[in-house]
Amino acid sequence: MLPPFFKSLVDSLASIRLTVALLVLSLLMVFAATLDQVYLGVWGVQEKYFHSFIIYHVIPGTGIAVPVFPGGYLLGGILLANLLAAHFTRFRLKWKNCGIWLTHIGLILLLIGEGLSGLLQKDSHLRIDVGQTKRYAESFRDNELAVIDVTDPKFDEVVAVPLELVRERTVIQHPKLPFVLRATTYFPNATIRVRSTPVKSPDNPVTLGVGTDVAVQPVPVTNKPKETNWPTAFIEIKDADAAVGTIMVSTLLESPQTFTHRGRTWQLALRAKRTYFPVAITLLKFTHEVYPGTQLPKDFASTIRLQSDDGHDDRQVRIFMNSPLRYAGLAIYQAGFENNDNTSILQVVRNPSWTLPYIACGIMTLGLAIQFLIHLLGYVRRRPLAAGRTAPA
Amino acid sequence: MNRRLPTLFLGIALLALAATLVPPGQHRGFDLQTWGNLPVLADGRVKPLDTVARNSLLLLQNRQKVVTPAGIVLPPHGWLLDLLFQPAVADTYQILRIDHADVLSLFNLTSADGAGGVRFAFTQLRAGLPEIDRQAQLAADVEAPLRSLFQQAVIQLHQHLMLYDRLKFTLQAPDQPGFPAMLADAQALKTARTVFEAMDSFSLIRTVPPGADTKEWRTTGGALVAAANGTPIDPTVLTHEAMGRAWIAGDAANFNTLAQTTAARLTAQLPALTRKSTIEAWFNRAAPFYSSQLLYVVAFLCAIFSWLRWSDVLGRTAFYLMALAFALTTVGILVRMWLESRPPVTNLYSSALFVGWGAVGLCLILERLDRHAVAGAAGALIGFGTLVIAHHLSLSGDTLEMMRAVLDSNFWLATHVVTVTVGYSATFLAGFLATIYLVRGVFTRTLDRPTADGLARMVYGIVCFALFFSFIGTVLGGIWADQSWGRFWGWDPKENGALMIVIWNAVILHARWGGLIRQRGLMALSIFGNIVTAWSWFGTNMLGVGLHSYGFTNSAFLGLVSFVASQALLIALAAVPATRWRSRVEAV
Repeated sequence: MLPPFFKSLVDSLASIRLTVALLVLSLLMVFAATLDQVYLGVWGVQEKYFHSFIIYHVIPGTGIAVPVFPGGYLLGGILLANLLAAHFTRFRLKWKNCGIWLTHIGLILLLIGEGLSGLLQKDSHLRIDVGQTKRYAESFRDNELAVIDVTDPKFDEVVAVPLELVRERTVIQHPKLPFVLRATTYFPNATIRVRSTPVKSPDNPVTLGVGTDVAVQPVPVTNKPKETNWPTAFIEIKDADAAVGTIMVSTLLESPQTFTHRGRTWQLALRAKRTYFPVAITLLKFTHEVYPGTQLPKDFASTIRLQSDDGHDDRQVRIFMNSPLRYAGLAIYQAGFENNDNTSILQVVRNPSWTLPYIACGIMTLGLAIQFLIHLLGYVRRRPLAAGRTAPA
Repeated sequence: MNRRLPTLFLGIALLALAATLVPPGQHRGFDLQTWGNLPVLADGRVKPLDTVARNSLLLLQNRQKVVTPAGIVLPPHGWLLDLLFQPAVADTYQILRIDHADVLSLFNLTSADGAGGVRFAFTQLRAGLPEIDRQAQLAADVEAPLRSLFQQAVIQLHQHLMLYDRLKFTLQAPDQPGFPAMLADAQALKTARTVFEAMDSFSLIRTVPPGADTKEWRTTGGALVAAANGTPIDPTVLTHEAMGRAWIAGDAANFNTLAQTTAARLTAQLPALTRKSTIEAWFNRAAPFYSSQLLYVVAFLCAIFSWLRWSDVLGRTAFYLMALAFALTTVGILVRMWLESRPPVTNLYSSALFVGWGAVGLCLILERLDRHAVAGAAGALIGFGTLVIAHHLSLSGDTLEMMRAVLDSNFWLATHVVTVTVGYSATFLAGFLATIYLVRGVFTRTLDRPTADGLARMVYGIVCFALFFSFIGTVLGGIWADQSWGRFWGWDPKENGALMIVIWNAVILHARWGGLIRQRGLMALSIFGNIVTAWSWFGTNMLGVGLHSYGFTNSAFLGLVSFVASQALLIALAAVPATRWRSRVEAV
């Protein structure tokens, strides 16, 4: 027997009133998120609304964030609890109810699946020129600090540092690095201007590379779909407390900054986070067809050569709209193009839970179909009672 | 006698429909129909000149009727012939629509200068063209969603003027009175080469079909450049040029012979395309959706009057007329599918047709099950409303447009788009049935207990149906997105809209099962479903963000706002205490 307090808690958790309230709140949240998307962009909205427990709103002009609404994780979580509690307390497993059971089991899987996708799915893009070979994709939004030993012309030794360490100005040490690094300044978004007079100003601590001659100006972080943030940092390099120098790194800079230390040549770059594949991808051909006499796109397609590191795969694949390549847990899609059709942009997605929504939706569809067929039969059977017109036929 | 009346009305409606299939008489002896059937390539697809004429007029002035300054009513083909062959005359016709007063003032015009206050002739606008170019440049620098109404109007007018101007280069060079002489011999062709090149680059329409030497459709200009290089002039170019001269001279006999020989030659050359083109022109003339719209109005009036009087005769008439309109829209949708080789829903326009079709189909079934002319009234109202929406959507261009690469998948268009659209239909139907319940209950004495219960059962059943279809449609959309963009769910506005419909229908059902609402509550919530669906269907396209915003419409915003307001008023009706209702439906 459950203690009374616990029982009443489970009862209210299992109540259908709670279900209705949660569904209405979800509806409002989805609507607000849709409207906010114009300002925040699709990623900003996902972070603020769907992949959060509490939605905060900044009071204009004060910078104070106040909690205003439950977020997607919280609503989804309570809905999950509500469903489970209802099935433990109210629903009996009977044939008559099997439609409801299936629908709810599917929904539980769907909620779990969406939660997992939010946690596990990694999106990146592969920007590749015709003739180029690449074995990595770059993140859309995440960056990293790459420290590269380029002394040996045959290969590069790369140490990739997560951006959090730069952001929090932590001292960065690594067995492969004969020095330590620390960001003295970090701007999530900045502009860089070349100084009109090459005079060293006291606010610029940079001693090595192009950063010595520029002015860095922090600017507000943007979430607009067509704008990009340009994180920029000053990295101080020390070897046993002796300063080696300070280097400016920024995603705005196209090439890495080079310096030499103890006879080895190093490069430092703030760049989009890279994910390496077990395959090399070469873009053989990119085609972009339009309907005759118009600019309307008819087809984009990238013909690539895929060579796996283990040597078992070496083949040609055509990736086009609605026809992705699935390989080694990755799905590669045709996403766009630029540079006068000489560069193809492919989207690379890794989502180990991608099959879950398919299963969940299959079960839900079956459940709804059974449930409503039962209703329909009931409706048709009861109908003759209400039918019949008053006027003579 | 009374029993035969509905059949008699149906017969009259059928006769009226048959009349739309009769070809119109010749215009001053000219066989414009044969000319209008001729296929050309425009907007990436082969279509008859008839469609070019009608769509251009709809785009430029929101209607097909043209009245010359002399007061003569021109058919669309006649207008297009004038524009192509005697542009100086066509420039005096008032067919360019300008609504925005500030845009008019750029031309030093007021609405008093225009036909109907809004339509102006090219000659009236000519002096202001450099200014409109400059204004369009200024407005083009502003991001599309941020443009003011004035900037939107300027950009739109600029596009219309470009279209108008470029149409003139289709079959000959405007402002070149000696055009026929340029085709006289090899030397003349060579001399006029730059003129042909200009025609080739300006023309939007490719009039010369693929032949022995090329696989592609070419513009008249392009074919003439080839001729200047020494190949023989394509016969289509020559017959069009001769038809132009016959049109200007008023030589109907010659024009007709030329049109018929051209049609015969193209039929021999491209039998399948010419057939399609002829059928499309026939479809344009018959305008089945317009006839259906009228039938729905009559059916709706019959249905609501049947609640007051002559319920049997009017009820059955409403049912027959609605069934006829439904059959007609079915044929219309099927013809469009055949012309496009696509599933029924490919763009916003066809979604409007299909939402109406689905809702009316459901109503016909409901009306068979439960003959109270209630489903009939709701169906006729939705059928009419969606066709009005479709008409307004058709004003923005070709409704049989080609599909962008992302959407180019007949499988997903047939499954995801169709099921989602059926979900829209059902949600709207539930909302309209609920509207009938409330309006009849509050304002009339006709809502008796059995009718009320019957309606409540219908609404409940339709909400179940709507939840089922919108859920499956949304899921199929997720699968399509996963197949083509790499994520099952991206929180894109259109996806969110579909999800909102699913959630709302689930809210209605759970509130009902939990005993939180009874009949009145069910009706109020179902009407709110109309708002959610309208948002998902049109509102999300107005945000201008997301992968799905291909269906952007900028003038529909006001329509959406007034629809939402009207639905909010109806929901307020549900709050009227039962004692104030004119129908005595006890505490529900």
